[in-house]
Parts: sequence; structure tokens; C-alpha cells
Amino acid sequence: MIQFINTILIGLTSGAIYSLMAMAIVLVWRSTRVINFAQAGLALASAYIGYQVMQSVSNYWVALIVAMFAGAALSALIEIAFMRLLLKHTSSGPIASVAPIIATLGLLGIIKAGIAMIWGGQDVVVKPPLSNTGFSIGTHTLVFSPMKLAIVISVATLVLVFSVIFQRTNIGLALRASAFAPEIARLAGVRVDLVRTLGWALSGAAGAVAGLLLTSNGNGSFSPESMEFSLLLISGFIAAVIGGLESLVGAVIGALVLGLVTSFVLMYISGSLFFIAPFVVLLLVLFIRPQGIIGVKAGRRA
Amino acid sequence: MHKLSNKKRLVIFLLLGVAIYFLSGAVDELRVYQGASVAVFVVGISSIILLTGYSGQVSLGQGALLGVGGYAAALMRIHYNAPIWLCFSAAIIVAAIAGALLGLAAARLSGPYLAGTTLALAVGLPSIANQFSLLGGEQGLLFDVGFPPLSLGQDFTQYKWFFWIASLATLIAIFWLQNVMRSRYGRSWKAVRGNDVAAELAGINLTRNKTLAFTLSAGLAGLSGALLAMTIGTVSPSAFPLSLSFSLLTGAVLSGVTTLGGVMIGSVTLVAIPEIAGAVASRLGSSEAVTNNLPGLLVSALLILTVLFVPNGPVEQLRYRREHRVKK
Amino acid sequence: MSLVVKGLTVDHGAIRAINDVSFTVEKGKLAAVIGANGAGKSTLLRALSGLNSATAGTAEWSNHNLLHGKPEAHVRKGVSHVSEGKSVVAELTVEENLDLGALWRRNRREATESKNQAIELFPRLGERLSQRADTLSGGERQMLAIGRALMSKPELLLLDEPSLGLAPLVIEQIFQTIRGIVDSMGLTVVLVEQNAMGALKIADTAVVLNLGRVAATGSAADLIADPAVRAAYLGY
Repeated sequence: MIQFINTILIGLTSGAIYSLMAMAIVLVWRSTRVINFAQAGLALASAYIGYQVMQSVSNYWVALIVAMFAGAALSALIEIAFMRLLLKHTSSGPIASVAPIIATLGLLGIIKAGIAMIWGGQDVVVKPPLSNTGFSIGTHTLVFSPMKLAIVISVATLVLVFSVIFQRTNIGLALRASAFAPEIARLAGVRVDLVRTLGWALSGAAGAVAGLLLTSNGNGSFSPESMEFSLLLISGFIAAVIGGLESLVGAVIGALVLGLVTSFVLMYISGSLFFIAPFVVLLLVLFIRPQGIIGVKAGRRA
Repeated sequence: MHKLSNKKRLVIFLLLGVAIYFLSGAVDELRVYQGASVAVFVVGISSIILLTGYSGQVSLGQGALLGVGGYAAALMRIHYNAPIWLCFSAAIIVAAIAGALLGLAAARLSGPYLAGTTLALAVGLPSIANQFSLLGGEQGLLFDVGFPPLSLGQDFTQYKWFFWIASLATLIAIFWLQNVMRSRYGRSWKAVRGNDVAAELAGINLTRNKTLAFTLSAGLAGLSGALLAMTIGTVSPSAFPLSLSFSLLTGAVLSGVTTLGGVMIGSVTLVAIPEIAGAVASRLGSSEAVTNNLPGLLVSALLILTVLFVPNGPVEQLRYRREHRVKK
Repeated sequence: MSLVVKGLTVDHGAIRAINDVSFTVEKGKLAAVIGANGAGKSTLLRALSGLNSATAGTAEWSNHNLLHGKPEAHVRKGVSHVSEGKSVVAELTVEENLDLGALWRRNRREATESKNQAIELFPRLGERLSQRADTLSGGERQMLAIGRALMSKPELLLLDEPSLGLAPLVIEQIFQTIRGIVDSMGLTVVLVEQNAMGALKIADTAVVLNLGRVAATGSAADLIADPAVRAAYLGY
């Protein structure tokens, strides 16, 4: 029984973190119709910046906030300096549809190399502010600690904040309109380019939180070549796809589903199959419900 | 290469083989080993050219298929002590089967969905080796092709042997691939890539077409994986990391992903960059961190520049320019 | 303060969509732009609103050069363009579509006033404020598109084929509303239409485009009576 509960808790916690990464992917997809694999790299870079701040200030919350701003700024910078250039140059040609994806992979490579060059290739450890020792229930220890609880709460808060921003504010309306119908939005006077950059900045901030929380979740160590990073990369994408790629709520649900499934595979089937589980889940979802859990059936997936 | 008849091409390939034979005698050990690595990349990259350039399906998971081939070859060697050519054949066949399965699944997917799925495969598949003891776990299995036959002389080194095997396999593979690309299959892939709705209306079965591309591409990838296993002597999950898939994709883009002609460019670049980067770094007296990661940085930067400015690859770009100059 | 277009030329790649087009629309008047399919009418509006870039010529409105700058900037100078195809955002609600037009406006009180005005003008929209825009009928969507344009407090309104795909009764309604907007709000309107008769009946002046060039200009009444125009566009 306790194992069952632990499994669920582990799944929820990692799912919560992945949901931030998934939201980052969805945000970029909605504003620019591009899957930016480099967002995971940005998340990693932001986590490292957070680590650096921790070294000097030793305050987790400051590090978190700085990381969020750094993530937002870097993401916006990429949108301005890189994406616009990319989309202009790759609008035609035989690999036009896949060129942006490949270019974002190149960007990912640059970010990873950059991180390794600046901080050296070894894992960095960011000490979490709350204890990672599990709560106790009677004689059993849950794999759920104050830190993990904080993670779940922060993610839930962020999701709520994002939802409110998008659904109830003017800027949220501008973001949605610019994503759904950029030309109409322009004609309505919305500064679509600026709004798009803002969307990217929000994405960067979400990714940064994902990156930093990831270091506080397990053993607290992180590096560009680690499996944890690769998992973050693919899980963010897979969760977004499961959720339908178009909605933030879908991204969260997709991430939680993914987190739970992989957790169960880890605990009840086998540790080695843990890494192939995301692939299987993705394949199943794409077969059963290609438009995702929340997605609306589109004519053709462009 | 475009308008040559099959017989002429065969002659050219034979000549290439002879040239390589002499080349291997003239250069030192390091270059010979690098030559073998180039061969690995040539086959691997051409598998992507087939899949992405011709059939228009982007796969980020070729590394996983290389792994399948590598493991198949190693298992044949270890359990049956099969001769090398049989091991390689097993690698091709097993990988092709995997590719067929993947292709059936992937035929319905496009663009980012296909990319993400293959990415997930690339991350997940290698670690399966830890699940089954047959596959040797984290340490992996040995793949030993044995020493060069004595008939080649006492001085014939192991690396030269690798180079020969790899070159021969590569020449055969590329020759065969060219044949396929020129056949009606190649044309039908190009048709689907251009406009799949129109192609379907013209009578092409999309699923079969795409799955075939995946199968053949996977077979090539399997061969590349077996060659890789040969050069490093082992197969293990860490031999087929995500970065391998990225490197192959990069090499394909650098070569000009839609045509086979430039495949050497990408392959040589991928092998040469680490060395150049190392030289530059040591000249600048950089730290170990910089030296280790400079190749990755350069390759990624090259990838981006290529996608932006030379998306069809240098070979196509030149051809394009030549045609337009003539028209004027 | 009129719209003065001189020598406007717009290329689409190798094709010259609009060639040396000149005309003037006085403030407060409704100008119809008619012509066959492909005559360049939509391109004309898109050049005026900044969506397409012009190759040559000038277009001045209220001391602003309309050929320079992004569409978003033109909106702030009082130019509103309803592009062809019932330009509403399907995924947003009716109210959100309306609000969209006024997002850039600083004065929120005035923006709310504009929304009430739009609802007064199109009561059907008022009944469906919280519905998604893609649940509306064709005519309602066109009303919403025009309503959204009005939310930007425009002085120059560019309408691209509002009658396209609508039932005759609805077309009549929309045209009457457009005329009403000109009369009551003093807007200047450029109305591009394939429905030449309907457009000419409510217009003050008109421009006839043929293959990207101006084939005729004049008062709407004159053009309705012109036998050449009748034969070519009015069917009698």
C-alpha cells in the first residue's frame, strides 16, 4: 500500500515539474507555431544561473527569481535575434517544414556546449531550501518531503497564475489573439511582434522554474549530459503533445499522466524500462487520440 | 553523378575502391582510424538523407537504430561466432525490421510529432539494454571482428583492417542506395515529399511508401551501427547517446540533406571538427571544459548557419547556381 | 483631410497586382471600389492598411503616409481594415473579439462606450456575447468583424468584400448599416466589393479597377448610369 502511495506521489511531483516544461513548449508553439527543443536547454541554463546565484547569495528564493528573469530574458532574446531570422530564411525549400526544428536542435547544442564550457562538465548541486526527507506516517516514510510538497504547490500556483493571465487579462487576450490569428490581431492594433516576444519570455520563465525545481527534486544534481536533462527535454514535449499542444491545461494534464505512468513503470515493472516508457506513452496517445486529450481535431497537422 | 549509367557508376565505384586501397597505405594510423569513422558517418548520414531528404520524414532517433544494428552484430559474433559479413547482414536485417515497425507507426505522423517521437525513442531505446542481461547491461558487449588475415602481411594493422572493412561496406551500401534513389521508389518518395496529397491521388500508397523509406533507412543505420561497434570494439548504451542522433542529423544537413552527392562533406566535417577544435583550443590555451565542448559548439553553430543560408546543402546550391548562370 | 492615393503600384513577386492607381476620397464619404475577381481590389486595401508593401506611389490620410509602417501603427492613427473572409478570431468569444479591437486604447471608459455602441448597432451580437465566434452565422460574423473594427475608433474604415458568401437579405442589412455608419459617425469608408450594384447604390463615389489599373472613377450615380460600367459589372 505504501508503495502504491509513494508511486503516485513520485509521479505527481515529477509530473508537476514536467508540466512547467510542457507549458513552456505550448506557449512557444502557440505564439510561433514552432516546437522549440531549445526551451529545455534554456531551462537548464536558467537552472545553472540559479546555481550561480546560490553560490553567492545562498538564498534559494532569490536564486529562483533571478533564474526566472534570466530564463525570460534569454528566451525573449532568442525570439528576437534568432527566430525571426530563422522563419524568414526557411519559409521555402524542400526541408522548409523541418528546418525550424533542426535549427532549434542546433540552438540546443550551442546552449549545452555553452553551459559545459562556462561551468565545466560536472554535475552541479543546488541545495534545496526545504528538507528532502520524506514525511513519516507511522513507521513508513513517504517519498514525499516538504520540498516536494513545495514543488507541487509552486507549480499549481504558477499554472493558476498563467491561466488567469491568459483568460482574464487584456494582455492574455492579446496573447491568445496573436497566436490564433496574427493578421487579424495586427489589424486590430495589437503589437503582435511584441506580444509574441512576451509569450516567449513567459515560456522561458516557466522553463526556468522547471529546471531549477528539477535540481531540487531528486538528488539535486544536474548536467547537460545527464539522463535527467534528456528526460526533461522529451517529457516536456511529450506531455505537451499528449495534452493536445494547444492548451496549457492540456499540457498540465499530459505531464501528470506522463509522470504517473513512468512512475508506475519504474516502481512496478522495471527501472530499465523507465526511459522507454515516454516513447510508448506517446505512441499510444498519437494512435488512440492524435489530437491529444484536449485538442480539437484539425484538418491537417501542419 | 546524375546522368551516368549504371555501368559507368560501377566503374567509378571500383576506381574509388582502388584509390582507397592505395590511400590506406599512404597515411598514418590515426588517419586510417579516422577514415573508418568517416565511413561510419557516411553510411549513417546517407540513411538520414534517404529518410529526411528523400522521404521528407524527420527522425531524431537514428542513433537508436544504429544501436539496434550494433547490438545485433555483437550478439551474432558472441553467440554464434559468425563471420563478419554475416554479423553485418544481421545488423542490417534486424535494424530494418525495427525500422519497418517504427515506420508503420510513423507513417501517420508528421513534422514535430514525428520528430518528438523519434527523439523519445533515441532517449529510451539504448537503456533497454540494462533490462535484459542478454544485452550486457551498462557495460555492454564486446564486438571483436578479429585480426586481419595473415595473407595481407605482417604490417597490416588492426585499424587498417577496420578501414578496409568499413570502406568496402560503405562503397557497396552507397552504390546500392544510389540505385534505389534512382529507381521508381526514389521518385515516389520525392513525389510524396513534395506534396503528399497529390502523390496519394496519383496512386501512391502513402503508408507503404513511407514505411519502405523507414525500413531501408533503418537498414543502413544498422550497418552504420555495426561499423561503429567494430571501430570502438564494444556496444553499450553509452555508445549510442542522443548526441549521436544529433550529430548524424547535423552531418546530413551539412551535406545537403536532399542529395547523396555531398555526403562526404558532412562526414568529413563531423570527424574533422573535433580535431580542428582541439587544435584551436590548445593554441589558445583553453581549459579542459572549453576544449571538450568546442567541437559540439562549432558543429551546432555550423548546423544553424547551414539551415539558414545553405538549406539545400552546398552541392545543391552549386548546381542551382550553375543552372541559373546557364539560363542567363 | 481626405484619402489621397497617387500612382500606387504593388507587386506580388513578378506580378504587378496594382499599377499606377490614383484616386481621392473626401472625408465623410463612402467610396466603392469595384471590379472583377483578381482586379487588385483586396491588394489595394492591404497596401493601404500596411499588410502588403507598395512598390511605388503614395497614399496619404490625414497627413499620414499609409504606405510606411506596420498595420498596428495605422490602427492607432485611425485606420481600420476588415480583411476579406469575415475576419473574426474563431476561437475567441464575441465579446473578446470586440474587446480585441480596443485593446490598444488607453481610455478604458471610452472603450466600453464603443462596445455599447457596437452592440447597439448590431443587437444580435449583444445576444451572443459569450458565444465562441465560430458558432455565429456568416452574417453575424461579418457584423462582428465590422463591430471589432469600430472598436478601434477609426476615422477611415477599409472594408473588404463584406457581402461575400452572405444571403441577399443579410447583404442588404449590412450595406444599410455601412451607409448608416458613414452618415451618423462621419467615417470615411472605402468599400471593396464584387457586388457592384449593391456597393454603388450606397456609395458616394466609386473607383472601377480592371487588371490592376483604374478603368473609371466618378460619382456613384454617374457610374451606375454609365453604359460601359453597366455592361461590364452591373449585368444590364
